[in-house]
This record gives sequence, structure tokens and C-alpha cells, in this order.
Amino acid sequence: MDGVMGIMLLVDILGLGIVIFIVWWFWFYKSRAAIQKSDAAPVEITVADNVYHPARLALPSGQPIVLRFIRRDPASCAAQVQFASLAISAELPLDQPVDIRLPSLAPGEYSFNCQMNMYHGTLVIT
Amino acid sequence: MTVIDHHDATAPIRLSIGGMSCAGCVANVEKALRAVPGVTAAAVNFAEHTALVQGSVAAAQLEQAVIDAGYQATELAGADAEAEKEAAELGHYHLLLRRALVAGAVGVPLFVGSLLGMLPVLSISSGRMFWAVIGVLTLVVMVYSGRQFFTGAYKSFFAHNANMDTLIAMGTGAAWLYSMVVVINPALVPSLAQHAYFEAAVIIIALINFGSALEMRARSHTSEAIKRLIGLQPKLARVVRNGEEVDVAIDDIGLDETVRVRPGERIAVDGVVLDGQANVDESMLTGEPIPVEKHAGSDVVGGTINITGTFLYQVSRIGKQTLLAQIVEMIRQAQSSKPAIGRMADRVSSVFVPVVMIVAVLTLLLWLHLWSDVSYGIVTMMTVLIIACPCALGLATPMSIMVGVGKAAEYGVLIRNGEALEQSGRLTTVVLDKTGTVTKGKPVVSQVFNFGEWTEQQVLRFAAAVEVGSEHPLAAAILMAYQRSFEGLHAGESVSGTDLPALQSFESTSGYGIHAHIEGHTVVLGNQRLMELHKIDCSAVEDLVPELADQACTPLLLAIDQGLAGIIAITDPIKEDSIAAIQRMYALGLKVVMITGDHRVTANAVAAQVGIKDVFAEVLPQHKVDCVTRLQQAGDVVAMVGDGINDAPALAGSDVGFAIGGGTDIAIHSADVTLMRDSLHGVVDALLISRATLTNIRQNLFGAFIYNAVGIPLAAGLFYPLLGVLLNPMFAGAAMAMSSLTVVTNANRLRLFKVPAYK
Repeated sequence: MDGVMGIMLLVDILGLGIVIFIVWWFWFYKSRAAIQKSDAAPVEITVADNVYHPARLALPSGQPIVLRFIRRDPASCAAQVQFASLAISAELPLDQPVDIRLPSLAPGEYSFNCQMNMYHGTLVIT
Repeated sequence: MTVIDHHDATAPIRLSIGGMSCAGCVANVEKALRAVPGVTAAAVNFAEHTALVQGSVAAAQLEQAVIDAGYQATELAGADAEAEKEAAELGHYHLLLRRALVAGAVGVPLFVGSLLGMLPVLSISSGRMFWAVIGVLTLVVMVYSGRQFFTGAYKSFFAHNANMDTLIAMGTGAAWLYSMVVVINPALVPSLAQHAYFEAAVIIIALINFGSALEMRARSHTSEAIKRLIGLQPKLARVVRNGEEVDVAIDDIGLDETVRVRPGERIAVDGVVLDGQANVDESMLTGEPIPVEKHAGSDVVGGTINITGTFLYQVSRIGKQTLLAQIVEMIRQAQSSKPAIGRMADRVSSVFVPVVMIVAVLTLLLWLHLWSDVSYGIVTMMTVLIIACPCALGLATPMSIMVGVGKAAEYGVLIRNGEALEQSGRLTTVVLDKTGTVTKGKPVVSQVFNFGEWTEQQVLRFAAAVEVGSEHPLAAAILMAYQRSFEGLHAGESVSGTDLPALQSFESTSGYGIHAHIEGHTVVLGNQRLMELHKIDCSAVEDLVPELADQACTPLLLAIDQGLAGIIAITDPIKEDSIAAIQRMYALGLKVVMITGDHRVTANAVAAQVGIKDVFAEVLPQHKVDCVTRLQQAGDVVAMVGDGINDAPALAGSDVGFAIGGGTDIAIHSADVTLMRDSLHGVVDALLISRATLTNIRQNLFGAFIYNAVGIPLAAGLFYPLLGVLLNPMFAGAAMAMSSLTVVTNANRLRLFKVPAYK
């Protein structure tokens, strides 16, 4: 009986660990920006396999930004990108580059996502 | 200012690429293309074996670069974006169906076999061997039919994202892994928990692929409005070049070129009629069913149909500048915007998947504790993961907006964004600008009174002579009346200036009128105060002047040589359908207010004619916004309807600004809602469509929330102790696949919405 109790305790600890891991991994983890640029050249973002790549970009404030989206993902969810806080959205035709020109933004984080809020990305203005 | 640039500034070059055998080749070809100087972007579509290249570069250079890289390349001319998009969608649709079919072909016989007890049991070694083979077979099927879920889940995971794919991959992956553990080493789990769930994994994958395929089909209908508008533009136009009429592709037509349009033909691009007369059906853009007469000087719009008559017109706008292209762009933008009503769903869907994952883990733990049953624990965990549907939540608002905005366009109503649509559905008060909104905005002479020896035509002649150089709207009305006083004069013809006597002197007093000398006569034209100023006896018309004002007319008095010669009554006629439209507004329970800079007497007269009870009169243009604010402060949700030019501040200050009789760039770009048709019915149509769309969104959101709120606890086995009911994971898969489809189908129902008929 003690053995079973021990296993159950182990399973509970494991389960709790997984829950903590989920919370940390999906909500609290702050990844380093994959792209850091200082020039005004377009930043290419690929939409493939359910993700924006890179999903986190760091760009300097005080200059216009060009984000070039290329959608490789045929799923209809990927067909649109939205920057809710900037009231910007764009259709992303498959395999066709689409440039989104943003004005110079104040420092802060600007998230972008697909129409159904399943693909997430963050633009960090430093 | 944000610019969404689809690289149309310089046309992209499309190449057909040969010799690509794997995804690695895609990278090679793209690298080769990007290395060509001048190329700004290059993207290869492996499925179609094509490449799309952007930049200032010749196609031949690109072809050579691809050939040098070891592949073949040929330029593809005439890229049709919409057709390409459709082809790509159809290809993906077929792929999803194939995946569903393959998974179903393996899953269904297994399901039926186990249901009928025809399959070997796991307790004997031959049975385990059988299930091991099935395990490998289902793995192959999962790789073929469900690969996208696993790669998607994997990539999302490392991007710290989780989505529907994560749930499906975890659910089916857990089912397969657990089954394989049971097959390989049954001793690891209690004997009662020794079940294999291979068939569940593949059937779930089959169902979700099938659901996605159906959803994709249903989705394509939601953008029909755009397709219909794009389809309006003909491919060719008959252009006059070097004295000959030649058929020219629409993209090759230049500005200022002359185009011939024959009866039954569609007008290719926007322009101004040079010669000829015709009746043009503009209903596809404005919703106005009656054809519009066009003659020299009239504007014509690309996409409309010439019903009768032949004419030549000069091209004024091409490409993205045409009204049709601007309308399409505006609808696209509006369709992709989200109103506040969807924000709650957005907030939920952004945290939804990790929450469901946590619920799944807790479900497993709970089952282990309460019933000590690994198998049921695994099944319920898997069912929770599978049944949860973040997509239904995410789709609820945008799908309805897509259809609603498109539906409005059918009625000649362009809605700027989801916010405008939402507010339109909540309006309580409509403020109508008088001039050009309730009335036609083009004053006409309604009556001419002549006194003494002067005839009606002489009265008009002197008045016209005084007004001939003026740009005042009343001047235009007098000149038009003078022209019409000549028999046999047709619309469009004009009386030349030489027909009118020349002015010998001219003095204008602002707010009063004009004092002039013509053919030796002293002429005074203006209001009663001007007559008093010049000591002209008006006692004979003391009653007539206020009477005219009561009829919403502006009386202009004309005196010649100090004697009253006539009165010209000018009125701004009410639009034919204003009364009916205002009645519809009242019938919907709206408060209707008219606002105008006109004198209170005139304003009240117009309001009475159209049946409006509340009037703000003598309001200066810059103060109209204050009236709107006052209404808002009283708790009303206010729409301001105006021409979009003079009343821009009031349009901007209102909750929803309607620009009526749109089609001007200013209106399209400034108003929340542009009414293509010059009729107040558009306001009511917009409101009804918005209300229907909001109802549809609410239904979708309610359905999606309820589905998840009931589905997840049911899947977790919450009702098991009470009812003994436990959900089969395959039913969960079917429910999940159907939930998104239901949302899209419900949004499609909006396509059938019709504004109730009115007189």
C-alpha cells in the first residue's frame, strides 16, 4: 500500500511540476528577441508551421519599420496578421511577400497575431 | 500612416521553376534569386513549382540565375492573384480530404472491429503482436494524415505558443503512446486498464482533417463580396489609339486615354464622358437600381454596365486609384478588423490552450486519485485535449464581420471597420445634415413672380446677368432657370454669356445681395433687408415673403430702377426618398434630428415636410459637432450623416459618421460608413445589417463559449459520478471538428440576410 501511495505522490508531484512548467513556459518565459536590428531594412517574418519566425523582434524606436511577412503555412488561420494595438491588419497571400510599414513607434511591446489569436509574435521597440 | 504593400508598385515577376525535388531545392532557388542584384524579395512555392520575385530586375536575369543554380525557369505572364489564391486553397482542400480519407480508412474498420469484439485481445501474445502491427500502421497514418499537427505543435512549443495543433498532437500522441506501452508491456498498467486506443487516435485525426476541409470550403463563401466586386472589372477595354479602336488589356490602359463603351459593355476604369449619351447601371456599386444617365462631362466608374447608348470617355483613374479598387481595399481592411465585442473572446483564446493543458493534467490526477484508473484517466485527459476548441472562439467574431461587411457592400454601404459596424448596430439617434443629405443640395428656382411691366423671363434675365460670374449655389439655380426659360434647350446645353447683358457696375454686400447697373438700369437683387436699405417699396409683397419662407424657399427680390420687378423663390428640393427613409428610421425606434445652418423658419419647414420632429437650426458648420456632443452627453449613441466634406468635424465627433452619396475619395477615407447611393435609405440598411451582424456574432460567441464550457467538464468526466456518462474521445474529435464548422456556417447564414422591402 505504501508503494502505491509513494507512486501516487510521485505522480502528483510530477503533475504539479507539469502544471508549473506550462504556466512558466507559455506565460512567464520571456525569450530573447531573435532579431535585433538597427537599420531600416525590411525584417522578414515567415509564417510556417503555426508560428511566426522570428516570433520576437527587437527594433529601435524613432524610425519607420518595414515588416515583410511571407506566409508558407496553407492553414487558413495563417491568412491574416493583426497588430491589435496599432489597428493594423493585413492579408497574407500564400508564398507572397507582404510589406507592412509601421510608423516610428514609442518604446514598448507590440504583439501581433493571426485572426484567431493562435499564432503569436511580439515586436519589442527599444 | 501605415502602408500595407503587396508589392504592387512594381509588378512582381512570376516564374515557373522546374527540377525541384525537395524542400531543400526551395532554399537553393530562393538563394539564387535573392542573389540577383535588384531583387528585394523572392519566394518559392514548392507545391506549385513557381517563384514570385519582387524588385527592379529583368525576368531574363532571374531565369539565368535559376538555370545557373541547376534548375529550369520560365517567366509566367499575367498573374491573377485571386485565381492563384483559389487554386492554392483548392489544393489544400483536396489534401485535407485525402488525409481524412486515409486516416478514416484505417480507423473506421478498427473501430467497428473492436465494437463488435472481432479483434484479438491484448492478454495473449498473438493479440499483442496484432496490436503491435496496428500500432505501427496507425503511426504511419498519423505521420501522413496528422503530420501538420505534430510539426505545428513542436514549432509552436519552442516559440512558447500553444494552439489547436498542440491540443490535437498531445491528445492523439498520448493515446498512441499509452496504447503502445500497453501493447509492449501490459504489466506496466493494471489489468483493467489494458486497452489500446489506436483507432481513436486515427479517427480523431480523420475527423479533424475532414472538419478543416469543410470549414475551408465554408470560409471561402465568406469572402464572396470581394470576389463579386473584383469580378466586375472587365479584362479588356476598347481604347482609341492613333485614330483606331483596339482592344487593350486593362493593366495596359494609360491615364487620359480615350475609351469607347458600347451598349451592354462594362466600363473598364474610371473616367469622364467626352462624347455620347448613355444609361449606366451602377447598382453593383451603389445599390441604386435605377440606371443613371450619362452625358458629356459625367463621371463614369469602372465596373458599372452601360445599358443603352455608346460613348467615349477619358480615363481619369487606373489601377489601385479606381473607385472599385478602393472599395475592394476598404472592404478587405474592414473585414479583417475586430470590434470590441470580440475582445473578450480574444483574451480567452490567447490563454485558452495552456489552460486546457492544465485542466487535462489535473483531470488525469483526479481520476488516478478518485478511481485509481489509469486507463480512464488517460482517456479523459485525451478527451479534454481533443474537445477543447479555441478556433471556434477565435473564429466567432471575424467570420461574421467578413460576411456582414460584404453584405453591406452589396447594398452600397461601405463600413470602415468592425468598430463602426458595432456602433452602427447600437445607434439610438441619427443626426441628418439638411443640405445635400435630406435635400438634394442643388437649389432650384421653384417660382418666379413678376411685377409691373417686367415679364418672368426679363426678371430671370436681369437676375442671371447679375449672377453670371458668381459661384454661389443660388446663382447656379437662377442661371439654370434662365436657360430653361428658353424653349428647345436641352440638358447640358447652356446659354452663353453673350446672351446676357453686360454689367456696367457691380457692388456686392455680403449677407444682403448685389447692386448693379445693366443696360442703363439700376438693378438690386437680394433679400428684403437689401430692399429696405435701398428704400424700395415692398409693401405689396409683405405677406408673400414670409409665406415663401414657410414653404422652405429662399425669396430673392429683384428691383429695377427703384421699383420691385420680381421675386425669385429658390428652394433646395427634398430627395425623393428622404421621407420614406426617415419614416423607416422612426419605425426602428431611432431619434431623428436635422441640423442646418439655415434660418429656423426654413429649417422647420423642411423638417415638417420630411416628418422630422427635432431640429437644430442656425448652426454654424464648426458648431455642428457641439450639437452631436450634447446628444452624446445625454446618453445617445449618435450617427451623423453628412456629405463628408463640409461636416467632417461632426462626422468625426459622432459615434458613427456616415458620408452620403459617397464615391469621393474624401468620403471613403474619412467616414466610418460611406453610402455609395445618394439616399438616406443607406443609413437604415447599414443599421439593419449591423444589427444582424452583431446578433450573429453574439450567437457565435455564445455557441463557442457554451461549447467549451460544457464540453470540457463533460470530457473531464465531471458528470460521470452523477450520470455515469463518459465521453468517447472519438465523439470529442467529431464535436471539435464540427464546432468551428458550425461557427463558420452560422456566419454564412448572414449571407442570406435581406433588408426588408420598403417603398
